[in-house]
Amino acid sequence: MTTVFGVPLPAILGQLMLGLVNGSFYALLSLGLAVIFGLLGVVNFAHGAFYMLGAFAAYIGLQFLGINYWWALLLAPLTVGLLGVLIERLFLRHLYQVEPVYGLLLTFGIALIAEGIMRSLFGASGKSYPVPPLLQGVLNLGFMILPIYRAWVVMASVTVCGLTWFLIERTRLGARLRAATENARLVQAFGINVPVMVMCTYGAGVALAALAGVLAAPVIQVSPLMGSSLVIVVFAVVVIGGMGSIVGAIVSGLVLGLIEGLTKVVYPEASSIVVFVIMALVLIWRPAGLFGKEP
Amino acid sequence: MTRNSKFLALGALLGLYASSPAGAAADQVVIGDIDDMSGVYADVLGQAGVDVINMAISDFGGTVLGKKITVLSVDHQNKPDIGASKFREWADQNGLTMVLGGSNTGVSIAMSKVAAAKKVPFIAIGAGGASLTGVDCTPYTVHYAYDTTALGNGTASAIIKEGGKTWFFITADYAFGTQLQDAATKVVLANGGKVLGAVRAPLGTTDYSSFLLQAQASGAQVLGLANAGTDFSNSLKAANEFGITKTMKPAALLAFLTDIHAATLQTAQGLYLTTGFYWDLNDQTRAFAKRFFAKVNRMPTMDQAAFYSATIQYLNAVKAVGSTDSDKVMAQLKKTKINDFFAKDGYIREDGLMVHSMYVMKVKTPAESKYPWDYYKVVKVMTGEEADGTQPDPSCPMVKK
Repeated sequence: MTTVFGVPLPAILGQLMLGLVNGSFYALLSLGLAVIFGLLGVVNFAHGAFYMLGAFAAYIGLQFLGINYWWALLLAPLTVGLLGVLIERLFLRHLYQVEPVYGLLLTFGIALIAEGIMRSLFGASGKSYPVPPLLQGVLNLGFMILPIYRAWVVMASVTVCGLTWFLIERTRLGARLRAATENARLVQAFGINVPVMVMCTYGAGVALAALAGVLAAPVIQVSPLMGSSLVIVVFAVVVIGGMGSIVGAIVSGLVLGLIEGLTKVVYPEASSIVVFVIMALVLIWRPAGLFGKEP
Repeated sequence: MTRNSKFLALGALLGLYASSPAGAAADQVVIGDIDDMSGVYADVLGQAGVDVINMAISDFGGTVLGKKITVLSVDHQNKPDIGASKFREWADQNGLTMVLGGSNTGVSIAMSKVAAAKKVPFIAIGAGGASLTGVDCTPYTVHYAYDTTALGNGTASAIIKEGGKTWFFITADYAFGTQLQDAATKVVLANGGKVLGAVRAPLGTTDYSSFLLQAQASGAQVLGLANAGTDFSNSLKAANEFGITKTMKPAALLAFLTDIHAATLQTAQGLYLTTGFYWDLNDQTRAFAKRFFAKVNRMPTMDQAAFYSATIQYLNAVKAVGSTDSDKVMAQLKKTKINDFFAKDGYIREDGLMVHSMYVMKVKTPAESKYPWDYYKVVKVMTGEEADGTQPDPSCPMVKK
């Protein structure tokens, strides 16, 4: 059998495929973070909590309201996004004028509160969400057995990432958003309602996190801690891609998923830190990140 | 950019927040509870563990030797340094007389060193690592509920008897996981089985798919899950999703009732597991479970039941010797038989292990489960000696050779 570094080739391909699945989650989450940081300058530490709330929204919908997976894909991001809008209106907007560190502290606090509430409601061991009937079963790729659901996650995530990139980089609305980031007062002078735009951007970023949560619900245990274990990695992904860079967030999300997947074959114990090692190296040699603009 | 990196560093620091308890005056009996209150193991004991201690104290009458009984609790966040330093602080400043140890073997090993230095009885309950009464034993440690040796003897033997000879382990990468894997490996080898491989997954891993792929590639018959809490439910869930449970038989080397509840019977049915307590064993266990349920709206885990039992045992010992003097209390504990809803004819061995019956369980199918929390059927009752051997652990320096 063909081997690479002593590992059989099919095993490597299998791990790469799984890495791609994880990378899809990273990409979707870091995309939201990058959008929020790029356009609002807010380091959104509550991102993992919104991801978790998205998954719980899907669970609650299915368990208590009879809302199936497909509706949850639409409704959970909408609900959690509205919550994000509310938080932006009530708290976050007061902090735009001060050091970004205040925004970080606020969102960190919100994350702790959200986790605490869900823990007291549902317990730390969380809840189980079934794979939707349409996506059950497995695909035989020859080199591995891939659950259909995981293939769907990659497709859904790449599509959403692509659409978001298109919206921001290629449409009129996106152009206005980017202009508002450069010079909010000037854009406002042209008659564009910047505060509303910023509010919607935050809501959209949060909704992306919630969407990732719904996608993750059938794959992992829906638990209050699912976000906090992921958010740190996602931050590292954003730093590697370049703070605020949309393309950087998507590409580095996918690539780091792949690298992490390979680490799990070669030296599993290091799989939880490999992303941070890369982050450290990137910060040393390219402090602005791989896709960031040098200041 | 450097500013942004600073924020991230700050974020990491924020993760180290900790709560502090209220002070306690002298001339009290002070029971400390050091446990994972918010992490992956928070449902196994957690806040309900504190409730159970208070339940035991109020059942005992609220005072002992005319002294008030105070409970201190803290979240060790699965960090050995937090557990050990809180233990030390309470011993130095709060007149600590006994500590109940929550989940996490790594933290409990660190705490046992403090117990020895400060001469404070330490009843380890949530932690599974058998080294607590082996190489890490101390004159003040009691290992009360279960240990990795018993888990290996229970679950691994049951599965080997059904023909599962070749094993692959997915192991939580810290003291508990490796000790559990070692215990199960011993049983597998002793019964003519083989271990084809193992991967160590970091604590709190959510995606187990790549480890499972490696397990499948090994061609082993049994998938040994040497982990616990959400790690367990996530690995089992992924094993189902990838269809691995069709070709390999999963073995839950440690699963608590709350883990099975979280994973749902649909996913967990047919699993073998070993436990020291199940709420639905007899009228006594059901009576306790009913009271517990009324308080926390869940059925008690083995560890929560053990917290109650250990608290009562400790208070009885204090009452019997008329003092909280650690050496006298330890001597009393070690010579008293333990007979309550938790353990029958239990006794504390020379090395500190509380030897008592353990149960090998099989998780019911959704059809077999007749009422809420009706999850296990008893496959085998192991005597304490079957579970943990007839001799104390020779690697414990206190054991006379």
